[in-house]
Amino acid sequence: MTTTTPTSSAPPDIVQLGPIAWLHKNLFSSWSNSILTIVIVALLLNFLRGFVVWVTTTAQWEVIPLNLPRFMVGLYPANQYWRIWIAFGIITALAGLSWGVLARQTAKLFSLPVLIGIGASCVFMALVPVPPLYRLMLLAGVALVVAGAWVGRQAGRKLPALGRWVSLAWFVSFFVVLWLIGGGLFLRNVSSNDWGGLMLTLIAAIVSIVLCFPAGVVLALGRQSSLPVVRWFSVLYIELIRGIPLIAILFMGQVMLPLFLSPGARVDRILRAIVGLTLFSAAYLAENVRGGLQAIPRGQTEAANALGLNTPLTVGLVVLPQALKISIPAIVGQFISLFQDTTLLAVVGLVELLGISRSILANPQFLGRYAEVYLFIGIIYWVFCYTMSIASRRLERQLNAGQR
Amino acid sequence: MRKWASLLLAASLSVATLAACSDANNTAEGEGGQTAASSGGSRLDTVKSRGQLICGVDGGIPGFSFVDSNGAYSGLDVDICKAVAAALFGDPDAVEYRQLDSTERFTALAGGEVDMLSRNTTWTLSRDAAGGNGLEFAPPTFYDGQGMMVRTDSGITTLEDMAGQSICVETGTTTELNLTDRMREIGVQFTPVVFQDADAAYASFAEGRCQGMTSDKSQLAARRTTLPNPDQYELLDVTMSKEPLGPVTINNDSRWFDTVKWVTYGLMQAEEFEITQANVGEMANSENPDIRRFLGVEGDLGQQLGLPNDFMVQVITAVGNYGEIYDRNVGEGAELQIPRGLNSLYTDGGLMYSPPFR
Amino acid sequence: MTSPSDQKIPLWRDERFWRILLQALAVVGVIIAILIFAGNLSRNMQQRGIQFGFAFLRNPAGFSIGETLFPFLPNEPYFKALLAGILNTIRVLLVGIVLTTILGSAAGIASFSENWLLRQISRVYVEIVRNTPLLLQLFFWYFAVFFGLPAPQNQLEWFGSMYLSKAGVSIPWPQNTPYLWMWLAVLLVGAIAALFVWRQRVKLMVEQGASGRSQLTTLIAMGVIALLIVLFGLGWQIPESTAPGLVQGGLRLTLEFSALLAGLVFYTGGFIAEIVRAGIQSVSKGQWEAARSLGLQSGLVMRLVVFPQALRVILPALNSQYQNLAKNSSLGFAIAYPEVYSVANTTYNQTGRPVEVFLLLMAAFLLINLVITIVMNQLNRSVQLKER
Repeated sequence: MTTTTPTSSAPPDIVQLGPIAWLHKNLFSSWSNSILTIVIVALLLNFLRGFVVWVTTTAQWEVIPLNLPRFMVGLYPANQYWRIWIAFGIITALAGLSWGVLARQTAKLFSLPVLIGIGASCVFMALVPVPPLYRLMLLAGVALVVAGAWVGRQAGRKLPALGRWVSLAWFVSFFVVLWLIGGGLFLRNVSSNDWGGLMLTLIAAIVSIVLCFPAGVVLALGRQSSLPVVRWFSVLYIELIRGIPLIAILFMGQVMLPLFLSPGARVDRILRAIVGLTLFSAAYLAENVRGGLQAIPRGQTEAANALGLNTPLTVGLVVLPQALKISIPAIVGQFISLFQDTTLLAVVGLVELLGISRSILANPQFLGRYAEVYLFIGIIYWVFCYTMSIASRRLERQLNAGQR
Repeated sequence: MRKWASLLLAASLSVATLAACSDANNTAEGEGGQTAASSGGSRLDTVKSRGQLICGVDGGIPGFSFVDSNGAYSGLDVDICKAVAAALFGDPDAVEYRQLDSTERFTALAGGEVDMLSRNTTWTLSRDAAGGNGLEFAPPTFYDGQGMMVRTDSGITTLEDMAGQSICVETGTTTELNLTDRMREIGVQFTPVVFQDADAAYASFAEGRCQGMTSDKSQLAARRTTLPNPDQYELLDVTMSKEPLGPVTINNDSRWFDTVKWVTYGLMQAEEFEITQANVGEMANSENPDIRRFLGVEGDLGQQLGLPNDFMVQVITAVGNYGEIYDRNVGEGAELQIPRGLNSLYTDGGLMYSPPFR
Repeated sequence: MTSPSDQKIPLWRDERFWRILLQALAVVGVIIAILIFAGNLSRNMQQRGIQFGFAFLRNPAGFSIGETLFPFLPNEPYFKALLAGILNTIRVLLVGIVLTTILGSAAGIASFSENWLLRQISRVYVEIVRNTPLLLQLFFWYFAVFFGLPAPQNQLEWFGSMYLSKAGVSIPWPQNTPYLWMWLAVLLVGAIAALFVWRQRVKLMVEQGASGRSQLTTLIAMGVIALLIVLFGLGWQIPESTAPGLVQGGLRLTLEFSALLAGLVFYTGGFIAEIVRAGIQSVSKGQWEAARSLGLQSGLVMRLVVFPQALRVILPALNSQYQNLAKNSSLGFAIAYPEVYSVANTTYNQTGRPVEVFLLLMAAFLLINLVITIVMNQLNRSVQLKER
């Protein structure tokens, strides 16, 4: 196989080539290359034609619009949807605000690509096959993001401490959103049995991510600790968990946990699933963080000690921040796989996005619409995961840029 | 100097573990105080203080337990849950339904996640015995047998025709074992395709992955109606096993078990007394002392169970007697049209027989 | 005047004290947790009348398993059923490791191809596969792809030697005869010999600047002979369609196995492609340039200079991917493939013994992962830099 020299991960030099020159360089540089190109083009065209024909004629897409609310929130009672919309509003406004605050130093907030993105999402939201009221709400969500960004930028320039308040707002909003969804305190109770769809996927993923991060860091420090007992426990835990499949842990959570609790004690099944996900991911995260810890040169610790910092401060202020920075790509990778792992909740009887899709597919009306439904939710998962990986790459680049 | 790191860590770890322990203790005691199933308390008290019954159902079998797209539950199994809720609270809607698949139902029950199962569960010795699953079975509410569904155009008419074919079956069921037993008995080789959830099993059957689908006959009949083109499928004229299906509760809790048991019997007794949803008000004025006792006009039968004396009035007002439940959900008044057969009262040659309410 | 060693340090400022205290606390905490859980467990099991023990493994299982590597009858004991499940797991694992390594390496190397289209395809493949959940991919393969196959009556035929239908996938497979084993042994010996010739050729080329043409001829000849043996010596059985919907001969793979294999191979392949790509990228540009300036061709640079160095980065990462593959194979139970988790699930359901079955399951997976790690460490050792 002919190969080229790999370029380093830095962005490639943009050399203006004419289209013909570009074709020649990239597709027809040699005989073998030309043949390869022709074969690939032929195969691709064949595949694309089949796919387009399937999408436009064979596929029956009505299963998606008919069940859109169920995909999003599962069996959540329809007369309580307004609570989800409020939660959605809170999150979008906060997201916009954070964006504005983070981007307060950039020259232009609404640059051309961003405007195009906003326009595209407006068009998309306007075309979503739901009642007009819901479309209006979705458009309002986009507007909230834009308005939040503008406000955040303006306010962020005047109040440098705003970032901290936004973090606090996120923290508070988490509980507000949970209260909105679950009820209690002036709101009708919606049993966690009725939570489902994308909403449940996001709740499970976010709560597990938030919980497994500190647990993973503690385990990583434990594994590097000089206290033998702590180290052994950490190693034992990490290696045991990493040795068994997640499904077995979830199975243990669903089936065996009641055996380990005192008789009559009941733990919500969603909580049990989240505990399982957290216990599982913490072990993997610990290994990622350990990689970062090991990469910190001893000199850092020694320099910090020489400055008179004691060990907790050295770890907290010098070693850990650097180690976490190094392991960001690995940590985000772990978060992505945790997000994907929430699909396993479907096989322990929870109706998150994949679970609700299966129950929709079991409906005789939609029997056999596998490809349509799985493609649809596949795109949803892909968008979330891809966004996370892009964000991690940008974050990594920014942090690296600061170091140079 | 990593020592301090370790110290910090050890501290946090030990605090965390201790916190976890004390947490476990708290929740244990907090909830244990409420339920304390082990120390003499009964689930009956738990359910009463909760004000709601949590009932484990299948949710995918029209006529037995089915949840429609609005989230409303209906069916024979569901009506049993409603009957128990009506007996306890006078309100048939004080039920939270929990859809369980066949592999998780017993652990959900044993773990206290549901108070009872009303989920077409077959009564067998090993499920009942303490050395097996350790459950308690209330009287069967539906006497069934295992059947086999095939495609009409497949030319299969007997089990022997299934040689070399694939048969879809749901795991964790008695049918999985019965299938193996029967096929061994008649010496037919087959390939089981074992699914964890019933939906996938029926979908695979409908897609042609399997030539046969085996389950309880009633379930097959019910599921057949949900398949596209039900006419393309038929049930073989074979009965591979006895499948008495009924409500289930946890072992070693006889007060709660008695409640479920006698509410179930009460439905049959009501049919025997010909007390219906429509006439239950008048029947309270009946001169028959048996009926007066049954409806709580006289005596304290309800109180002996820890229920209101008129619990059967509430039950019958809510869901009717057994015959009404049957007709409404699976019998003549329903789509399935399953003949009463074994499920008739003993006076009509069936097996539904309630011990006396005395 | 007291010497520094006599100086009284308050207890709470003595690090040794804290070290001991905290470790003791950790031990006590863990022990208390274990005691509480164990106490609850025994109380719960007592209440349900369950005796802990593995004696049930000798009871007849009573259920049958769809596909097994050895004949399994329903009246055979549970431990045999579990063994059949473990073998099913190992079966999909071994085939999966081989195929996913090939696919992943190809995709990883393709990302350095001179051909723009090939590079893009590799990238799109990696981004799709890595950013969607495996379980979803498995459902897609099983329900959308393999259930989309035609009924056995109008099965697909590929190259006259493969048949695909809802009843399964039939592929050519060698007949189990003494000849087969003899030829396999010959192939093995030949492969070892070829390895030696190859090494010698590289050595000659590097040290003496020889063309290596004579060895190449030998190698080509050996390759041709091996190909002939593989084609004609192994006694391939080509599946034949004797009647509509009936296929005889060859190896029949069930839909469940095929779907699980396809899902695992494509999913893990995406991760391996990234590992291979990162490994090749980790070899510094100077190595390429130095090798080029010595007059080596691009292909040779890859093979002789870059790939061996990249291998040092790739192999340790592959270990965890293979372990993931093993663990992920447990998802096969969701698409009705009777691997060990699926059999364990049935066993626990029919016996009501979750704790014992779970312990066995854990042991099985830990053992499989241990074996993978040992093998990979051996491999790893052979490619690591030997410091002299």
